[in-house]
Amino acid sequence: MTRRTRAVVLGVVVLIVAFIAGLLVGPVPIAPADALGWLFPFGERPPGLSEQQATILTDLRLPRVIVAGLVGAALSASGAGYQAVFRNPLADPYLLGAAAGAGLGATLAVVFGPSSAFAFAVPLAAFVGALAGVGLAYGLGRSGLGGRSTTSLILGGVAVASFLTAIQTLIQQQRSDTLRQVYSWILGRLGTTGWDDARIALPSVVIAVTILWLVRRLLDVIEVGELEAESLGLHVGRLRIVVVVAASLATAAAVSVAGLIAFVGIIVPHTVRLLAGSSYRQVLPLSVLFGASFLILVDLVARTAMAPAEIPIGVLTAFLGAPFFVFALRRSGGRAA
Amino acid sequence: MFHGFVGGLAAVLLLLASCGESAMPPAVPASPSSAGGVVYPLMLDTPNGPLTIEDRPQRIVSLSPTATEMLFEIGAGDQVVAVDDQSNYPEGVPTTDLSGYEPNVEAIASYEPDLVVYATEPGDLGSSLEGLGIPALLQPAAATLEEAYGQIEQLGEVTDHVAEATDVVAEMRTDIDAIVATVSGDEGLTFYHELDDTYYSVTSSTFTGQLYEMVGLVNIADEAKGAGGGYPQLSAEYIIDADPDLIFLADTKCCGQSPSTVSRRPGWAGISAVERGDVIPLEEDVAQRWGPRVVEFLERIAGAVDEAKAAAA
Repeated sequence: MTRRTRAVVLGVVVLIVAFIAGLLVGPVPIAPADALGWLFPFGERPPGLSEQQATILTDLRLPRVIVAGLVGAALSASGAGYQAVFRNPLADPYLLGAAAGAGLGATLAVVFGPSSAFAFAVPLAAFVGALAGVGLAYGLGRSGLGGRSTTSLILGGVAVASFLTAIQTLIQQQRSDTLRQVYSWILGRLGTTGWDDARIALPSVVIAVTILWLVRRLLDVIEVGELEAESLGLHVGRLRIVVVVAASLATAAAVSVAGLIAFVGIIVPHTVRLLAGSSYRQVLPLSVLFGASFLILVDLVARTAMAPAEIPIGVLTAFLGAPFFVFALRRSGGRAA
Repeated sequence: MFHGFVGGLAAVLLLLASCGESAMPPAVPASPSSAGGVVYPLMLDTPNGPLTIEDRPQRIVSLSPTATEMLFEIGAGDQVVAVDDQSNYPEGVPTTDLSGYEPNVEAIASYEPDLVVYATEPGDLGSSLEGLGIPALLQPAAATLEEAYGQIEQLGEVTDHVAEATDVVAEMRTDIDAIVATVSGDEGLTFYHELDDTYYSVTSSTFTGQLYEMVGLVNIADEAKGAGGGYPQLSAEYIIDADPDLIFLADTKCCGQSPSTVSRRPGWAGISAVERGDVIPLEEDVAQRWGPRVVEFLERIAGAVDEAKAAAA
């Protein structure tokens, strides 16, 4: 087995283990043998498993583990994609204003949306907001600031993010009665995840991750240098659009169902690079696998460490991610810019 | 220097006044500013240190919805000129766009208040107002009923409505005792109090939690006592497994929740409270404040307990 295959096999095994652990462990004890025997293959409910436990497995844990996996995969893959096209190891999925756009969208939905439709309106508005934020940043970075350099794109993202956050803060301040809901959404939430969230996230994440996976070889070419890539006949500008659109789609889907979950898009791709080298042929698929596993396991900690209370998942990923961020920063040395 | 002298004099006068109405005639004739029996200037001990109220307040600004309710309940409503944007009870309070969370000292000062009452100290509100010569009285969220009573009595003293405040507190005590008496003896029903739609709740160590305890309810959030300083976020599967007999929704306004949205949550339909229709929407303002309407809140939860028991019998 080559080193590369070994890494992929390891990634798949870890994901399967994380998935099963996520299903079996939780604040409510459920006998693993009963749960597994029932779910694989999905058959008659064994006598040891109450109807309520069965509901907890199928309606709460299963969608939650799936959504955690999708969100982790989406954030990690788009983090890797952004890092490649911006040639900046510290780029993260929220770089181009996706987070600020999603936050504004969610706030608008909470404040002005029909209260009966919260469950759907908030994720959808966040999704649209994230895409609008990135679109705005991209348009601004390309036209307003002149040229197609990555710097102008990133600056466009910074400007758009500040602007959208300012609008969001203003609305929030006008309507402080909705403060609590907006904040609990921003902190990141998987505690209320159900199948609806899985349905919202699944199509975008699958499409986006597939696109990123298809262009993984081209990302290696960019890594060498933009001029070199152009001389090999690669349209760097076009590739960048494709990657930014795909990564933003994945990010928007993740943000819309899980709120803002920090650092996953940085920790996971960098860990993968340490493990399997920096070629995107490996970084991309492995980021998807380990990203999914990582978030499933962090969520497992979030709901069991202080059970029956939950720890907001956004807090935990930042807690684990911040020290790693410093490490990645030190490692990248002067190359970051 | 002068301040200290006046304060000292006031303390002496207060001491004399409290020595009783016996043989001695009043040392000073009642001044116009002590119509209700309070002698100004008045010295107070507050969470922010000592506070001197120079004269009977006539232009009060309240930045706390609870204090607003207390002030109007004790008959000091006509001394209140402005209340914050969250104050909405009783009807007709002079609501403004002043914010209690992000107070703007200049905006507050523009009402020319002679007293500001507030519940959250964002950092330096008290000292900023003091710098402008405006006395600021901090009455933070009460941790117990006794603290809430103390705040009502303090407002009574400050606004010169001592007798009314004493009556309000006495009436609250009587009403609450009566409510508790109707339900006491039968214990054991469990409940879940929901603060928002991500399942934040309250433990029995909080003000709200204590009220539930008084009517003999068992709080499922107490299992999570270690987390969240009295306000833990509960796991959905834990709530389903704990199977509460009653669910109280304090998130009808903030988060659009209702018995029907609760029943549609994944896995919640099988919870006893949902099956039997014992999901009780609460008026959030009443459930979150520690003012006179605590009695209404207790009535509501005691009524729900009665109904649940009647249905079960």
